[in-house]
Amino acid sequence: MTCTEFLAQLDDLIDDAVTSKMRADLQEHLRGCEHCEVTLSTTRKTIQIYRSNEIYDLPSDLRERLHAAIMARCKKGC
Amino acid sequence: MATIQPIAGENEQHPDVALVERVRGGDVAAYDTLVRKYERQIFRIAQHITQNREDAEDVMQDAFLKAYEKLEQFQGNSKFYTWLVRIAVNESLMRLRKRRTGRMVSIDEDVETEEGSVPRDLADWAPDPEQNYTQSELAEILRKTIQGLPQGFRVVFVLRDVEGLSTEETAETLGLSVPAVKSRLLRARLQLRERLTRYFRQKKGSKETGVEK
Repeated sequence: MTCTEFLAQLDDLIDDAVTSKMRADLQEHLRGCEHCEVTLSTTRKTIQIYRSNEIYDLPSDLRERLHAAIMARCKKGC
Repeated sequence: MATIQPIAGENEQHPDVALVERVRGGDVAAYDTLVRKYERQIFRIAQHITQNREDAEDVMQDAFLKAYEKLEQFQGNSKFYTWLVRIAVNESLMRLRKRRTGRMVSIDEDVETEEGSVPRDLADWAPDPEQNYTQSELAEILRKTIQGLPQGFRVVFVLRDVEGLSTEETAETLGLSVPAVKSRLLRARLQLRERLTRYFRQKKGSKETGVEK
C-alpha cells in the first residue's frame, strides 16, 4: 500500500468504518511508515481537540437573555 | 457499505419526537426544553459560519423562532436536531449575504484550493500539546486556525466532527452529495492538522520542566 492509498482511507479508518481486511492492510502500512503514523495520530488529535474545547462560548447571562427573548416571542405566537 | 453510527438504534424513538409532539399540541414549555438542549450548538454553528458574534446571536434567535413557526412542516423522517441545524445554516448564509450586499454566498465558496490535500508538515506533536497553553490561548489558536479554512470545508468539519452529524446528515443539511462531504471532510481535517502542527509540534530538546503530570 502506498501513502496515497493510505490517505484515501484515512477518514474511514478514523471513523471506524473500514472492513477488518482493510484495517489489517492499513496497520501493515503503518508499521513501516512513520509519516502516515504521524498523520493519523495528529489528525485524530485535531478532531479530539476541536471536540473537547469550547471556542465560541455562550456566556450564561447572554444565553439566558437570548433564551428569554425566544420564549417570549414564541408565547406570543411568534 | 457498512458505517458505524454513534446513535441509538433506528427503531428507538428519539426523545425529541415526544417533545415536538407536545409543542404541536400547544405546550410551549416543551419548546423551552428543546431550545435549552440545542442553543449552544446552534450558536456555535452560526459563529463558525458568520464569524461574527452579533450575527450569531441574531441567527440563534431567528433559527429557533423560525423552527417554532414551521414546526408543522417538520416531518419525523429526519431528526429534529438535523432539521434545526439546516435552518440555522440557511439563516447564517442569509446573514452573510446581507453583510456582503450583492455578493452571492454559498457553501461552495473557496473550495477549489488544493492546499493541505497532501500532508507536508510531518512533524509529530508534543504528547499533550494543549497543556503548553492556557485555556484562552488555546481557544484563540483553535479559532484562528479554523477561521483560516475555506468556508465549504469549515462547515463540513464543524457539522460532522464537532457537532456530531453523520456524513449523510451533513450532506442533507448542506445540500451536498455524500462523496462531496467526504472529500471536504478529509481536506478540512488535513488542513487543520497541518496548521495546528505549527503550534503543537514537538520541539527538539525542549523537554520543559514543571509540565509533566
